[in-house]
This record gives sequence, structure tokens and C-alpha cells, in this order.
Amino acid sequence: MAYRVEIGLKPTIRDARGEKIKRRIIDNLNIIVDSVVTVDVYTVDAAMSAPEIEKVASGPFLDPIIQEFSIGKPLRDDFDWAIEVGYKPGVTDNIGRTAREAVELLLQRKFKAGEGVYTSVLYLIRGKLTKEQAERIATGLLANTLIQRFEIKERPSWNPDVGMGIIVPKVASSKEGRVLEINLRVSDEELMRTSSARVLALTLKEMKAIRNYAEDPGVREERKKIGLGENLTDCELEALAQTWSEHCKHKIFNGLIEYRDEEGKVWRIDSLFDTYIKRSTEEIRQAMGEKDWCVSVFKDNAGVMRFNEDWNIVFKVETHNSPSALDPYGGALTGIVGVNRDPFGTGKGAKLIFNVDTFCFAPPDYSKPLPPRLLHPKRIYEGVREGVEHGGNKSGIPTVNGSIVFDERYAGKPLVYCGTGGIMPRNILGEPSHEKQAMPGDLIVMTGGRIGKDGIHGATFSSEELHEESPTSAVQIGDPITQKRMTDFLLRARDLGLYHAITDNGAGGLSSSVGEMARDCHGCRMYLERAPLKYAGLDPWEILLSEAQERMTLAVYPEKIGPFLELAKRMEVEATVLGEFTDSGKFHILYNGQTAAYLDMDFLHNGLPRMELKARWEKKVHPEPTFNDPPDLTAALKKVLSRYNVCSKESVIRQYDHEVQGGCVIKPLVGAYNDGPSDATVLRPLLESWEGIVVSSGICPRYSDIDTYHMMACAIDEAIRNNLSAGGNLKQMAGLDNFCWCDPIQSEKTPDGEYKLAQLVRANQALYHYTRAFGVPCISGKDSMKNDYLIGDTKISIPPTVLFSAVSVVSDVRRCITMDAKRSGDRVYILGETYNDMGGSEYYALYGFIGNQVPKVNAPRAKALYEALGRAIQRGLVASCHDCSDGGLGVALAETALAGALGMEVDLRKVPSSGVNRNDVLLFSESQSRFVVTVHPEHQRTFEECLKGNVFAEIGSITGGSTFTITGLHGKTAVRANIFELKEAWQRPLRW
Amino acid sequence: MKKVKALVLAGNGINCEMEMAHACRLAGSDVVDIVFLYDILSGEVKLDDYHFLNLPGGFLDGDDLGAAKAMAHRLKYAKIAGSGERLDEVIFRFIREGKLILGVCNGFQLMVKSGLLPGLKGIYGKQALTLTFNDSGRFEDRWVYLKVNSNSPSIFTRGLKGLYLPVRHGEGKFIPKNDEMLAELERKNLIALQYSDPDYRKPTLEYPLNPNGSASAIAGICDETGRLFGMMPHPEAYLYFVNHPRWTREKVPEEGMGLAIFRNAVEYVRKNL
Repeated sequence: MAYRVEIGLKPTIRDARGEKIKRRIIDNLNIIVDSVVTVDVYTVDAAMSAPEIEKVASGPFLDPIIQEFSIGKPLRDDFDWAIEVGYKPGVTDNIGRTAREAVELLLQRKFKAGEGVYTSVLYLIRGKLTKEQAERIATGLLANTLIQRFEIKERPSWNPDVGMGIIVPKVASSKEGRVLEINLRVSDEELMRTSSARVLALTLKEMKAIRNYAEDPGVREERKKIGLGENLTDCELEALAQTWSEHCKHKIFNGLIEYRDEEGKVWRIDSLFDTYIKRSTEEIRQAMGEKDWCVSVFKDNAGVMRFNEDWNIVFKVETHNSPSALDPYGGALTGIVGVNRDPFGTGKGAKLIFNVDTFCFAPPDYSKPLPPRLLHPKRIYEGVREGVEHGGNKSGIPTVNGSIVFDERYAGKPLVYCGTGGIMPRNILGEPSHEKQAMPGDLIVMTGGRIGKDGIHGATFSSEELHEESPTSAVQIGDPITQKRMTDFLLRARDLGLYHAITDNGAGGLSSSVGEMARDCHGCRMYLERAPLKYAGLDPWEILLSEAQERMTLAVYPEKIGPFLELAKRMEVEATVLGEFTDSGKFHILYNGQTAAYLDMDFLHNGLPRMELKARWEKKVHPEPTFNDPPDLTAALKKVLSRYNVCSKESVIRQYDHEVQGGCVIKPLVGAYNDGPSDATVLRPLLESWEGIVVSSGICPRYSDIDTYHMMACAIDEAIRNNLSAGGNLKQMAGLDNFCWCDPIQSEKTPDGEYKLAQLVRANQALYHYTRAFGVPCISGKDSMKNDYLIGDTKISIPPTVLFSAVSVVSDVRRCITMDAKRSGDRVYILGETYNDMGGSEYYALYGFIGNQVPKVNAPRAKALYEALGRAIQRGLVASCHDCSDGGLGVALAETALAGALGMEVDLRKVPSSGVNRNDVLLFSESQSRFVVTVHPEHQRTFEECLKGNVFAEIGSITGGSTFTITGLHGKTAVRANIFELKEAWQRPLRW
Repeated sequence: MKKVKALVLAGNGINCEMEMAHACRLAGSDVVDIVFLYDILSGEVKLDDYHFLNLPGGFLDGDDLGAAKAMAHRLKYAKIAGSGERLDEVIFRFIREGKLILGVCNGFQLMVKSGLLPGLKGIYGKQALTLTFNDSGRFEDRWVYLKVNSNSPSIFTRGLKGLYLPVRHGEGKFIPKNDEMLAELERKNLIALQYSDPDYRKPTLEYPLNPNGSASAIAGICDETGRLFGMMPHPEAYLYFVNHPRWTREKVPEEGMGLAIFRNAVEYVRKNL
């Protein structure tokens, strides 16, 4: 029988959670309420006696100092409206899982099938609300109806003996799993209907290729032998769709492209990936020769580079955009714990040492009407932030770097970039750790969580725009603790040499993980009925595809399986043998003794026809503003500092643990009050060594409106600049490219596809040119190509966006520096030249303009400057260094001063520039490759010698007090403000 | 000379075990073992073989039932294979033998929820106070100033005046069962650490110096023997000067301030056990 246990705070105790909800109801929904009180509800559905449930309610569920409980009847009755929110059947309920373990321990028995604990939260609201307002609070704030259920009761209609009543959200299904056949010998229209009805996201050409395979006489003969009919099974079709998805195969990046440039010249590009990204890395590695520090690039789940003689660094960045659009919390949480498994599943597995996160949202004060299925940007912001907080903090991985970019066009799909770095010994038990191979005869073992219907079609769903029928099953919730237990266990198994190979279960679930590993040995045989399920009633294809989280797939030597399973059991991790790797050449899947899939490995991985696409570039011309240079730029500086893209992100940063593991030595917040914006973060992954890694990123989608070539160049330059500002090392710096694009395939849905593809080509060309020129090879990357929203007539496409992440290795973190001004009397320098690069700037955006002169990067000049700056920092000549990016020199100067809590005097007449005759341009132009540096007077001469041959100038000094003064070109004061006023302008916008 | 043996607990959501073990090593402990809870439950590792039990920070069981709550429940009910002893019985014996326990953050929450602290009148095992959600309703990572009570019996804070350390928690607000208990903690000088002004002089209730709204600005307490100590801020996060958030602009001592806590513990073991 089921019991309902309510746990609430004693009336004398402050309900911080209730207060937070109250604030959000008022701030976000504009509904006035007097108070909100929260009650935790546990619905325990298990065979238990009344004394036993009493023991549970007063034991593990209760904090007796501050809480009280009731069983079977409501704990409180003083409210006007009650809203209860719980999960829908089958959705991961982490608290319910922990509660269940606690009850099992108390009863000293495991739950039987069908028994469970379910949690929900009861919000008791006082205030005069209409029914409609109560519903708005429920759906607009408390519950995400995709994954959660809610119930509303008004006080008068409330029965005090029953309260909200007992609801058991159990998955009720007893159906037997079945394998279905799918007839592909049908019309083209019918083929496409199958593709879209099953969310296969396959094109007609691809569907036909699959049909041709099934029609092949040789294939038919073999299938007959194994007991299969002429049609493919649903398992086969679904496995092919996952393996062939844009998400997994990067069809656009690997396609054949005919690119027509501005002058009408036509280029044929045979794979953007090979031509630009991979080629650059290969050429850089070749040039490095013996000194090549890249270890494993582009082939594994993450890139691997050398850290020192004994250790390698592993790094990967992913996106989790589509799920985050529908369920920001679950989507982002899954994003972070999902990308954790990439370095963890690289080589033989890495220990995870840092997370990075960059988000792109529509502004939080977005006031346009929201199209159907879209959540308000502020809700997405809060949900994503919280998801990453829980995913990162609970996993014990410091979140060290990131940014938030705002643009209205992210309303249709937010971008959620999540990255994770790891470290692994170069050799484990005498073998290189970055190498792995499943061998024929190895057992297929799945560890971690169980399989449910969650996340089905994630890979194909994210290979489409967000539309009316986007499946809600793709949304899921991660469980960091189950994953932490698993990673604790697997690192131990790794060091004991208990397995050959490891990979993660992400997009495509087992079909992808096993399918990928089986490439090593050329075949596999897997028995789906052995897979542990969260609940009964899954069809075999669902078991094969489910993206249920927290699972790794391993190849375990048969002779090691005993100790492997024993260690798993001891460490409370579920591990199951699902089959074995073979050399049969077949992807062979069985279910209850019958073959459910029997595909040629070669067809599965290489049968995909290539895409042939057209791209046409044209230069867009935007209106130029015509206003005059304002004589006093104080107000403009404050406005630019208050821009969402410029302002402080402290409220978000503080809610992430950036110091766990003890190695964070340049933190994301620096300066006199620990609140200045660090350019990069420096970590010391080995506590006994001074060696470190510097982590930074660059992202500037506004420039895409003018030319994606320069957008890409600027993103690379920004990531490198940020890295160097903290003392990073250009000689051993690796990059990661993460492309997020809007659909670039010409079609009825996308009439400007050829232009968007040309934008992609140009970004890739820049990536090749600039990574080469700087000698910063990409070691890993990812693309997400369908970031559009299309329902009815409303189409919202993101601006083409690339996050470029940089990681460099430094030999001594004690040489690293921060961006805050240090002492009064220090001299202020600008490094680099300023041009009229106002196109795409924050200053122009402030006035609603884009403009045309986009910043361009002069790589050879920049590189010479970077090397000189690096030498100066290494010699200890630089007191502070801050890069000029969004908001230009004005913002960089202000941030340097306010972070150091010191005044500053600067003269714009001394700023090296070319073609600039306005103060606002000098202050707000976003010309690249520039830094604001402060230098102690005693180092001035040596510093200048060090920089000789580069463009730089002393432009002012750090002063005592708190006055920030900038003298303009005509010798008059252009900006005069107190740094604390500037700081307030910079901190206010996102200080929630 | 006496060999000092420290055990650092790991597993099930604990996540500061590496730096905690590193702190023990730097402090001079001869043996430092990171031991998974499961290895104690399986009987393979015996707590009795150690002098100094470290309960590091993390998210035990995800803090799903409230910080460290499910783990406190486990101490009460989980039995060790072979001997059949409950985990808490083993810990009580450890205490009786005069050994040391340090709980940091989630480890402090565990000590409180399982009744290891404050252990008034030598009675352990019954929860008498709590650590709950910060007044801000948020998890926060920020550095705080801590005034040390020099009259406290805590052997961990001997010779210290003040500490500057990071807090990283969402549930650090100290609430005693009642005012009498708070008065008793004060009278017996069990309040070893308080959030304070930057001069380490005045305890403060003012946010963000007091990051969570703790009663009497309490950041850490000890039991009457001074051998059991719990604190919300992280001493293991400040072992080197480069951990200090302003080492690039201020003169800070070569050794991180947090190390003193571990040095005191190791020295105590060497002299007394």
C-alpha cells in the first residue's frame, strides 16, 4: 500500500526556498502573493507496516531540529492555494531514488518490482489569486509540464482529512516487448512519412540507400539464414538512423560542397572537416615534429594533449541545446553530466578535473509574445544555471570558465555549451592510456544507471529544428550521484586493468556505444533482454536506443569479469554483461532468442551516402549610424558596462563551485573584492607540482551578421588573448571548436540555406587560417547544425555561433597574473592598434546598429605581440593584463580599475590608432589583439624593451582614490566617474 | 616515533578527498589512506587501525534528503560484513579511544546529523542541532573571515587567531535545538569558529561576511573533548599561497592558512596517541 508522508519546516523556521519562490512569482510573473510555504512530500509505495513508515518519516526523511511530519493527513491548512508538483511516471526522480535506498536500509530488504518512493513538493500560497493566476504560477514557474505533473487546490474545496491525496506515478505497463518489421518497398512519400513519423531525420536519399541494402540478394540470403524476413526490423532502422544522424555523423561537415565566393569563383570542398579543421591540426603537428604535444585528436570522445612526462590532459566541449529549450534544468544537467562522460570515456578513462559552460540566451527582459512551446528566456536562464550548478557541484568537478551571451535570436533555441577536462596518467599498467581496443571475445558490459524510455531519439531530435511534433521523450534528467559512484568505481577498475576499452552512452544509447566499439573488432552480439530496465514494457528498439543517463559501455576480458562484477557490487554500481564483441562483421542484436537486428558493420558505419550541397556567399550591407561623437562619454560608458553581454556574471559564477579539488589558483572572480572578471582560469591539477593549465574561451556571434570569416577569426583571437592575459602559454595551447549553426541546407523551410552554408564555409576557412597562423591546433570539436525554431509561420534562427575554447600548459603557475589594477602609481599601457572597427560592436548595438566594419585579426602582428607579452609576463614585468573585447578599450580600462578598486587616468591622444578621429570609436571600437596592461614604474623600461617592435603605448596611470578619468582627443575630459559608480552599472543588470 | 595514520573517507558523493588527503600528508601524517566507505563496509579496511578520521566535503547521496541526511541514516543502519557491527558503533569506539575526527562542509553536516557533534556531556548519536539552507536560498562559493575562539577545547584550532577560507555550500546555516543549547555551547566554548569581520575580531550576522545567516555567526564547533571538530569552510582548499584569491595583489604567507588545522591534528596524535 502507499503512504503519503509530508515534511515541513516548523513554523518558527525561515523557509528560504519558499521565499525564493515568492520573489520569483512577484518578479517573473507579476503576480502578488503574501507568502509561500513549501512542504516535501514522499509517497512510499511499498509493503510496510504503520510503525515502519513512522520510523521512516521520523528517521531519514526528517530533520528533527527544524522539521515536523505527518503521515496520511495534511501537515498544514493555513493557505489560500495549494499547488503540488511531482514528476510524471518514468521521469528520473533522484530524491526518490535516495529515499528508496534509505527505506530499504531501514527495512533491511530490497524493494520488490513495482515498489517505489516518489517525491513531490507542495507549495502553500497565501494571497488573493484567481484560478487562472494559480495555474500560471503552476505552469509558468513551478512545473515543467513536459516532465512534471501538478495539482491545484483552493482552500475552500480542500478536505482537511485527505489533503492533496495519494498519487503514485508508477509506470503502468505490462506489455511484452516486440520486434516489428518495416516495409520499405513503398513510394517515396511513404518512405519520408516513415522517416518523419519515427523521428529518424533521414533524407530520401538515405532512406533509399537503406532500402537498397535490404534488397541486395546477398544480404537477403544471409538474413534468411538467421531467421529474418525481407523487411528490415524497427531495431535495424532505428539503429541506422541514430548512427547516420547529423548529430553522430556530421553529414554537413563531411559533405561535398560547391562554394561560390563574392567574385563568383566556384570552389569544390570535399569535407569542411578534413579540408580546414583536420588539415590545420595535421600541418601544425607536422611543423612541431618531435616536439608535437598532441596525443590523440579527433578520433576519441575527447582530445588528448601532453601535460608533462607522466600525465596527459583530456578536453571536450559539447552542446545540449534542443533538450534545454524544452526543459532547461534537465537539459543543462544532462548536458554537463553527459559531457563528463566524454573525457571519462576517452582512452581508458580520465579523472575529471574541470567543467566549463557558456550559454547563449535571449535577454532576460524579453517582452515580445512567446511563440508556442517556447519558455521565457529568464526561465531558461534560471533553469540552465541551476542544472549546471547541480550537475557540476554534485559531481565534485570545479566549474572554472564560461560566459553568457545574449541575443534575441536565441529565443528559439538557447545554446548550452558544456565542457569537461580530465587528466590521466600517460601509461596505465605499462600501456598508453589513450589507446583502447575491444577484442573479439571481450564481453560487452554496461555499468551505471538503468534503461528507461528517457532520451529516446535524442540524436535524431537534435538533428532537426524545434517543431510542433518534437518528441518530449528526448528530455531527461541526469543523476550526478549515480554517475559519481560509477566513475569512482571505474577509475579503480581502470587502475586494476579490468577492462580493454570504455565509451559512454550518450546520443543513440547502446546502438551507438556498442556499434562504435564493435568497429575495433568488427562485430558484436548483444542480448537486449539482459539489459536492466527501470520499468517493464520497453520495446527492444527502445532498449537499444534509450539515452538514459549515467551509463558507460565497456569491453571486459572474460577472465577479468569476475573481479570486475565483484568490485561493482561492492561499490554499489550496477554492471551487466549484455553480450560479446565478435569479428563476425555483423552488428547482431537479439531479443529473447530471436534476432532483432543483423546489419553489416560496414554498411552501418560506411553505408551513408554523402551529402552534396551548394553554398553562395554575398556581402550584406547594413546601415551605418550617423550620430555625432558625444562630448561626454561617461553615460555611454555606463550604458555599455550595463549591456547584458558586458556586465558582471557574478551571481551565476558564485553558485558554481570553482575550487573543489584544491587546484584553482587564478579564479573566475579576482581583484580587491574578489569580484573582477578574470580573463581565464588557472588550475594546478597535481597538488604536488607547480605546473598548471590555463583555460579560456572566445565567442562573438554578433560579428556573424557582417562576416562569419571574421567572427571565427575574432573568436579564436579572443580565446587566445584571454588565455595569455592570465599568463597562458602560446607554445603549448590547444583549441576546441564548437559550431552552432542554423539550418544551412537550402529547402522550402530554409530559402537562404545557400547563404548560411557559405557562412559556414567562411568560418571554416578562417579557422584553418588562424589556428595555423597562431599554431594553436584544434584537438576536438563538435557541431550542432539545426538551431532553428519553426512552428506555423514563425521561424527563429540563431546567429551563427562558434565557441572557441583554449587550454594551455604552463610550467609554473606562480608566474600567472590577474586582470585587476594593483597599485597606485602603476603605469597603464595599451598593446595593439585601434581601428574604426565599430561593426557588430556593443556600442553600435546600444543604438540599434550593426554597421559594416567588422574587426579583423592580423595574425602575424598579433602573434609577435603575444610572444613579447608572454615573455614580459614570464619575467614578472606585468602587474595586470586584461584583454579588450566586448565594449572595447573603455570597458577594459573600467574593469581593470574597478576590479583593483583604484582610480585611473588615461589620455586617448596617446592611444595608437589608424583612421580614428572620434573619442567614442577609440573607447568602444572592438579591434582585436589588444590588451590593457599595468606595469610598476620600476619595470617600465624593461617592459618597453621587451615589447619593442610591437604597437603599444603608455596611456596613463593608476591613481589612488576612486576617480576614473579619460581625456579625449581634443584635450577635454571625455569620461569622469567614480569607479564604484561604474562598478554599480556593471554589476546591477544580472545581480539577482 | 609514533606513526600517525589518517583515514580520508571517500565515495557515495564525497568529493574533496584528494585535497583533504594531500593536507594530511603535508601536515606530516605518516600514513594517509583514501578509503571508500564500501571498503569499510566490506570489512577490508578497519577504522580501528587509524588515529585521525577525515570526513571531507561533497554531496553525500546528493544531499537528496537534506545535507548528509541519508548518510547519517546509513551510519545507524549499515552493518559491516563479517563482524556485523554497525558503522556508528565503530565510530563510537574510535571516539572512546581518544582519536580525532574532522568534518568539513558535508562532513560537518554529517557529524551534526548523526549526532557526533556537539556530543554534549559525552553523549553521541543523537542529533541536537542542524545545518540547513542558507538564508540566500543559494549555494555560494565565497571566501570568508573566521574568528577563532582561543578558549575553545578544540585541538584543531590551537594557536590560531583567525582563518581566511572559502565556503562552498547551500546548507550551512547553523540552527541549535533551542536557546539553552546555544548558551551551553557558548559557556563551554564549543563554538570554535565564527564568521567575522576581516580583522578576525567581531563575529558578524551581516551578509555576505556571514554567508548563510548562521545563529551566533557559527562556522564550526567542537565537542567537549576538543577531539571532534566540524566546520563549514574548507581548510583543505587553502594549503598553498596560490589558493588565496588575492595572491597576485597582496603579500600572503607561503603556507596556506588551512594547513594549520591538519598540523594541529597530526601533532596531537603524535604526542597523545
